[in-house]
Amino acid sequence: MELSQKSTSKDTSNLKTLQKRKTIWAYIFLAPQIIVFFIFSAYPIVMSYVYSFYEWSGIGPLNDFIGLANYQQLLTSGRFWNSALVSIYYILGTTLLGVGGALILAIILNDQKLKSKGFYRAIYFLPVVTTTAIVGIIMGSIFGINGFFNQLLVDFNIIDKPIPWLTDPVLAVIILIVIGSWKGLGINMVYWLAGLQSIPNELYESAQLDGAGFWATLRHVTLPLLKPIAAVIILLSLVSGINAFDLVKTLTNGGPNFATETMDLFIYNYAFSSQLGGGQVRMGYASAAGVLLGLFTFAISMVFGAASFGKQIIKLKGNKKKKGGVKAL
Amino acid sequence: MITTKSARVMIHVFLLLFGIVWIYPFVWMVFSSLKTNKEFLTSGTKLIPEDFQWQNYSEAWITANFSGYFWNTVIFTVSTVIIVIVLSSLTGYALGRIDFPGKKTIMICVVAIMFIPKGYTIIPLFKLVNAMGLDNSILGIIVAESSGAHVLFILMFASFFANLPKSIEEAAEIDGAGVLTIFTKVMLPLSMPIVATTAIMQFIWTWSSFLVPLVLTISKPELRTLAVGMENFVQTYAVDFSGMAAGATISLLPVMIIFIIMQRYFIEGVAGAVKS
Repeated sequence: MELSQKSTSKDTSNLKTLQKRKTIWAYIFLAPQIIVFFIFSAYPIVMSYVYSFYEWSGIGPLNDFIGLANYQQLLTSGRFWNSALVSIYYILGTTLLGVGGALILAIILNDQKLKSKGFYRAIYFLPVVTTTAIVGIIMGSIFGINGFFNQLLVDFNIIDKPIPWLTDPVLAVIILIVIGSWKGLGINMVYWLAGLQSIPNELYESAQLDGAGFWATLRHVTLPLLKPIAAVIILLSLVSGINAFDLVKTLTNGGPNFATETMDLFIYNYAFSSQLGGGQVRMGYASAAGVLLGLFTFAISMVFGAASFGKQIIKLKGNKKKKGGVKAL
Repeated sequence: MITTKSARVMIHVFLLLFGIVWIYPFVWMVFSSLKTNKEFLTSGTKLIPEDFQWQNYSEAWITANFSGYFWNTVIFTVSTVIIVIVLSSLTGYALGRIDFPGKKTIMICVVAIMFIPKGYTIIPLFKLVNAMGLDNSILGIIVAESSGAHVLFILMFASFFANLPKSIEEAAEIDGAGVLTIFTKVMLPLSMPIVATTAIMQFIWTWSSFLVPLVLTISKPELRTLAVGMENFVQTYAVDFSGMAAGATISLLPVMIIFIIMQRYFIEGVAGAVKS
């Protein structure tokens, strides 16, 4: 295509030559990203589906085609369903705590007259930038049976004997959710602040003139106007909750007895850790679980996306058309 | 919104106290790294160590090989950041600034990528890196980490370049500059704010990356990054608590310092992401 353009460009005007040259350059600029994308993204995505139809230890050729047997086995596995349930608890828990808590903090920090806003914002944002795997290890020590947290509670006479935060199946899931929410709250806070700052000041002023107090303004002005961005923030939080691997792996490694094993840790255990998998590496089985996790993520995005910001997508399309029109001029 | 003075003071007290609790795990980490192991176990909730055990750091750095993990992480992170900036600025420029046939299709593909259900791509990626013979070098992890389409950064660059006035390249074109010259000499320097945001965000993500280096260094301990090395350290030396805290501090401090210095770019980038 590029060649034919070159040969015909001889007998066209200068402007057209320039346009053709630009087109060629556009493809040259795009080429690295496209090549990298096909090799390291598209190919792995396709193969992750292909592997799921095979029984495969990861070594040797892919020749044991078993159709949907991996899926069948997954859907009848108690351990798989448990991991799905833990993931759902984690996703909902971190969204509720992380997004809800962040909204309260953002409303406080959005106050125009509040001093040292930037300082507080940095403090509450700090956990976001830290390495999750390292945080998991530190928290594992803090919430350990003889860890700092138990010592603190004993010192203040809140409890008599240490609580097994990470070795009790229910408590471990709760601690996981609390730490996950703490880690992600800062990013949600910044999202909410962006939303709050897009509300024009005049609306607050006129609410004040109408004699509306803090709560009335919050209920009738702030919250309704935050609705569109709320949908985006909740969706982002739900989707990021699906990737709990770094934290779970380092905090509890799925224990006690798989009680905190999330879906992504389940997949990792079958694919790369024969000990915590079924005693052998099963990459096909793990891939099938990966496909189910992918479809699960897709379903959340679609259901939530379509329900809450279908309108925005239409708006966005309108904007893009406008932009294109300006450029054509 | 809140007017009374006492309410104001209350808010500051709350924000400050809660803020201390919020970052206390990191404060605890730093001071624990300066205790002896015995003191770590027996000092209870006391924060400040009797004597500052600075040698914990030299032990972690040399004996536990955190120096190796540290430099691996630096090479891994810096290379990934550079590759991502090159790929997304080039793609963003083509999509945002140049009109060419097929642009719309590519644009739709870029957005669609976000919504494709990806399976567990680390398995094929692991196989691919091994098949390419990159499994014995840090290049394998770099390639795996920086691959893929960085949709957010591409869109950031595209909208930045699209909104620059047309006169900029018209002037350069009259001077006879080609597309590549205009891009490298004029456009890229103009887009420094986007480059900075991309660099900082990608730096923090890659520094914290865990699954990719974990899987790709399974049989190559000498290629481990800080996060992976740390996980291995805890499994090997389960009772060296202050060593653990020292290693964790070495791992987290660089990224925290960069965040504190550059927080404006980072927070603006994140906020910009949700707005678009």
